[in-house]
Amino acid sequence: MENFNLFIRSIFVDNMVFAYFLGMCSFLAVSKNVKTAFGLGVAVTFMLVVTLPINYLLENLVLKPGALTWLSKDFADVDLSFLSLILFIAVIASMTQLVEMAVEKYSPSLYASLGIFLPLIAVNCAILGGSLFMQQRGFANVWTATCAGAGWGLGWLLAITAIAAIRERVATYSNVPGPLKGIGITFILCALMGIAFMSFLGIKL
Amino acid sequence: MAEKLSYKDILFNPFSKDNPVIVQVLGICSCLAVTAKLEPAIVMGISVIAVLAFSNVIISLIRNTIPTNIRIIVQLVVVAALVIIVNQLLLAFAYDVSKQLSVFIGLIITNCILMGRLEAFAMGNKPWPSFLDGIGNGIGYAIILVIVGFFRELLGSGTLLGFQIVPLSWYTDGGYANNGLMILPPMALIVVACVIWVHRSRNKDLQEKN
Repeated sequence: MENFNLFIRSIFVDNMVFAYFLGMCSFLAVSKNVKTAFGLGVAVTFMLVVTLPINYLLENLVLKPGALTWLSKDFADVDLSFLSLILFIAVIASMTQLVEMAVEKYSPSLYASLGIFLPLIAVNCAILGGSLFMQQRGFANVWTATCAGAGWGLGWLLAITAIAAIRERVATYSNVPGPLKGIGITFILCALMGIAFMSFLGIKL
Repeated sequence: MAEKLSYKDILFNPFSKDNPVIVQVLGICSCLAVTAKLEPAIVMGISVIAVLAFSNVIISLIRNTIPTNIRIIVQLVVVAALVIIVNQLLLAFAYDVSKQLSVFIGLIITNCILMGRLEAFAMGNKPWPSFLDGIGNGIGYAIILVIVGFFRELLGSGTLLGFQIVPLSWYTDGGYANNGLMILPPMALIVVACVIWVHRSRNKDLQEKN
């Protein structure tokens, strides 16, 4: 139950895009049409679900102060936490590369439709952000970390699909002032959606 | 970058015409999160300038030996190593600010400006122009950060760098109130949108078609 609550919280209350403003760059760049936006959202969700548990295990079995005691008693006061950034990003980058190769081999059509966005996932801040938040909050076990990852991923998917749908409409039907066209109006749309998402803040789960 | 740019253009273009934040749309995430106050915005700006300049140089030096397949991992490792150095320096000398910036120092690694510039510039240019490119883009990013931080702190808290700017008598006599919305992250987007608006109405050729 605890984990389910966390999952729901991560989707709406702690939404990666609208509460923390992470993953904005690809969020703004890839949200021109719903189809690619959805594809990228699925890929990001998958990466979060995979990398969060791996990084959780790394954090607790290798990096935390005294985490290496399972190897030998002598390592009780070894603190490797300064290495966490580099290890997390290495995990993320190599997972991205693996996923890219797997998708290319088993589903060339999906690979073709995602194109350049697949490797770009490695630098999506939402994914590294997920791992860093996991480190900051000290989740109880691997399942909790996985649930949070799935929630954050779905929240991101929801956000990018919604904004892509709105942008498609705005591009066709509305008369935006010249200098605001394209990226400017998207910023304002995001801000308004962010304010709307703030209404979830009061919810206690 | 097909045409040959002079060193001066490489350094100064990113300030306005080719600004990383409002024209290339890179590095938005951190730009929104750290600008509620001016001080963390400045620290963040300086950190990014340093990391960007040096990672550009390092990648440019080893660009001919990196295999294309694993270049993303190599770039990220170089950047991550530099960010760790910055992070430890901040923890040592500016502990309060580094607490405020929390995960966002770590997120410099995935700041799209870094990957963007490494991919677009450092992979194909010599170390010295890459260094200038790094400095230029870092400053361009810092300028936007400072502008946004300035307005958000002034309108949201009535202070600048922690000093009271709006006279206290305004609150008691004039019925003046801080705009609490300015502190919240969504307003950063609107301030950036206003910057874009002003910038693009002055540079007509940057406007998009829809």
